[in-house]
Amino acid sequence: MGPREGEVRIPSGCAISAIMDKSGKRMSGSDILSSIELMHDRSNGLGGGFAAYGIYPEYADLYAFHIFYEDREARTETEEFLRNYFDTEVAERMPTTKVASIDHEPNIWRYFMSPYIGKLRDSRLSEDQFTMNAVFHINSRINGAFVASSGKNMGAFKGVGYPEDIGRFYRIEDYNAWLWTAHGRFPTNTPGWWGGAHPFTLLDWSIVHNGEISSYDTNRRYVEQYGYECTLQTDTEVITYLFDFLVRQQGMSQKMAAKILAAPEWDQIDHMDPKDREFWTNIRACYSRALVNGPFSIILGSSRGLLALNDRLKLRSLVVGDKDDKVYLASEESAIRLVCPDIEHVRQLGGGEPFVAELYPEVLAQMESKKNIYTRPVSMATAGDFE
Amino acid sequence: MMDLTIPKYKVLRDDGDCIRCGVCVRQCSYGVHEMDEDLNKVIAHSKECVNCQRCVVMCPTDALTIIRNPQSDPESVVYNNEVISDIAKQCQTGGVLLAGSGNPKPYPIIWDHMLLNASQVTNPSIDPLREPMETRVILGGKPGNIKIDEANHAIKTPMKPLRTIKLPIMFSAMSFGAVSLNVQKSLAMAAEELGTFWNTGEGGLHKDLVKYKDNTIVQVASGRFGVDTEYLNNGSIIEIKIGQGAKPGIGGHLPGEKINAEVSITRMIPEGTDAISPAPHHDIYSIEDLRQLIYSLKEATNYTKPVAVKIAAVHNCAAIASGIARAGADIIAVDGFRGGTGAAPIAIRNNVGIPIEYALAAIDNRLHQEGLRSSVSLIASGPIRNSADVVKAIALGADAVYIGTAALVAIGCHLCQSCNTGKCNWGIATQRPDLVKRLNPELMSERLVNLMHGWSHEIQEMLGGMGINSLDSLRGNRLMLRGIGLNDRELNILGIKAAGE
Repeated sequence: MGPREGEVRIPSGCAISAIMDKSGKRMSGSDILSSIELMHDRSNGLGGGFAAYGIYPEYADLYAFHIFYEDREARTETEEFLRNYFDTEVAERMPTTKVASIDHEPNIWRYFMSPYIGKLRDSRLSEDQFTMNAVFHINSRINGAFVASSGKNMGAFKGVGYPEDIGRFYRIEDYNAWLWTAHGRFPTNTPGWWGGAHPFTLLDWSIVHNGEISSYDTNRRYVEQYGYECTLQTDTEVITYLFDFLVRQQGMSQKMAAKILAAPEWDQIDHMDPKDREFWTNIRACYSRALVNGPFSIILGSSRGLLALNDRLKLRSLVVGDKDDKVYLASEESAIRLVCPDIEHVRQLGGGEPFVAELYPEVLAQMESKKNIYTRPVSMATAGDFE
Repeated sequence: MMDLTIPKYKVLRDDGDCIRCGVCVRQCSYGVHEMDEDLNKVIAHSKECVNCQRCVVMCPTDALTIIRNPQSDPESVVYNNEVISDIAKQCQTGGVLLAGSGNPKPYPIIWDHMLLNASQVTNPSIDPLREPMETRVILGGKPGNIKIDEANHAIKTPMKPLRTIKLPIMFSAMSFGAVSLNVQKSLAMAAEELGTFWNTGEGGLHKDLVKYKDNTIVQVASGRFGVDTEYLNNGSIIEIKIGQGAKPGIGGHLPGEKINAEVSITRMIPEGTDAISPAPHHDIYSIEDLRQLIYSLKEATNYTKPVAVKIAAVHNCAAIASGIARAGADIIAVDGFRGGTGAAPIAIRNNVGIPIEYALAAIDNRLHQEGLRSSVSLIASGPIRNSADVVKAIALGADAVYIGTAALVAIGCHLCQSCNTGKCNWGIATQRPDLVKRLNPELMSERLVNLMHGWSHEIQEMLGGMGINSLDSLRGNRLMLRGIGLNDRELNILGIKAAGE
């Protein structure tokens, strides 16, 4: 077997697709599956996956961890670690179906958890930061374990195979989500394991991406200054960390973050009025190493909705359209028309021009409130109990 | 005392080609050529020759060639003619051996052990003729955490003064006194046209150059020559010089004979007195003292100018640079052991300091580890010889580079390494009016501008080849570099992979 994703950097081509209902109405995974399946030839059977938002309403206040285990030891060690830091409400095997083309799958488990209040208080971290550190710990320190997703009321379903086979393997038709994203991968080398498949996720973030960025090492070294560990050496990983840093840690809007990753060109800035010119000059000065270069088209999912972005030179295709409350995005227009023949406002996304689709404000407010209210008794455990 | 040295060079003259015009006689300040009217022949005193090649270039019939003296070395690799000659010279004078220019010894040049990447298939190379290629760099200290008012397009965090350069190359410090005023004029004019900076060095700012103040870096060094409030305010950036790559750890000495009226006024010292720059700043004996000077300069200029600190690349420079960033510097300039000088003790020039490539990589790494890299700009120099060196320096982590020797070569320098003699035939490292006037600032600035345009085009081609259309995305992008002929440890220090990996 060759080197694994993370031990080596693997250039890839890809197909991406997304469907979102801005009213928060949930839909099954069948449309997204058809959409990505149509772009079969853009993948090569070495990676596919989906991210879905709104799939676990009954556990909306808990972190949903999807974890891959390669062996029993990895699970024992991970669960031992989780027992120390998290109150686990549910731990169960991920429901899957046997699919002929999928083999060598890891043991996939699903957990619904919240950090122990005492441990959280001792850490002096926010709940999100605490959970993110736990994800970093498992992914980089525990051999054979990988957290595929870790957000609330969302999940990633991914693996090595064609995306449509991966979707059937995970039975995504059984889940209902208001936002689906999908990824079919054409890696030049075998990723070697399921953790390397996409979407890449971190807490509520999920990202699907087509392209090969040429600024990888600049971006990596930039985010690593702020405690992120780029263990997978993938573009998606580093772009996710850039967004997490700018949005969650620096408090920017997603759109602003997108304008930093695909910053206005100096030629444009020079022609702005003095106030804007000063603003964008300072922004580019402060965040020069967050600029992402080379071809990329990304769809970033979060609990607010989605953001799509192309590189400044538009070196990758990404088509967007809408119909009523629904928004559709895909690498190819046909992948949209297949599932929504009467699609409207179909267009290519402009280079460096962020496209944002958010849940309607009242829907978002309602979902946010569920995220923060504990619907079950809070654990009384304190730090001392688990030393 | 008896001179036991042998000539280093030999002047060859093709007597058939020579037309006895006497140009070589008039051009050579070292008195190498002499017209013998009786023999109707030009004869040469080869021993005086420093190989500045002025006569070779000026000879209308190409009759002249300077060669190394073919005199055999002794049968010893230890004591060759150069070693013997140094000993012989020193026992004649009892002094320190001096030379100009940079370390000429055959140490490895690490730039030449690194190769650049190019895109193939999985991502496209970018055509600079078709797409915008951004070579602009913004220098200065940047706040780590900024608060943005997105609706009003305003930044709520106070910003420090920043400076924009249109290409990542600036002219490094060369003081008036060490070089002629015409050299500084050439550099200043070129910097203005190119949208970059030239640097006064520690010799003050001549009144004729004040008009270039928006493109001027004013230097404050241990001698404090020419420094007053007006001087500081006439610079766009202020640079504190702690050290210089050619002579880390020691000061400078401009002999009294070079202190003519103009130099005297500009340096604010009496005519004909030696200008001694002490080895340390006598008000900086530690890092906390440096902080005081940085903030004194900021106070004096009302926090309107970035303050840079220049150090020589030495063994512990990573930790030092980190301290400098913490002391409040906005820009750190690091000068490698190949950096040039007007005069340095040969023993120091040839043996002290480390290569800029290692120093730069180590400093950039350390600043990352300390979480300081985004808050300070980093400039590398000593040597930057061509556009590929610039690209490699930026990929290792530099924001921009300084060029000194390459800029002097552009205006005529032929690297004879005799800057310390004050007799520079090219009008560069001299104050003799007859020699200085050989250097025409208008023409020379045009040569500098041409050189920089050439490099800029090459940089854009290399960037495009790597699939990058902004220098911002090359900075610290070490995946774009591969090492060749380096051992594991060296690769590790540079933070790059080996070719083929």
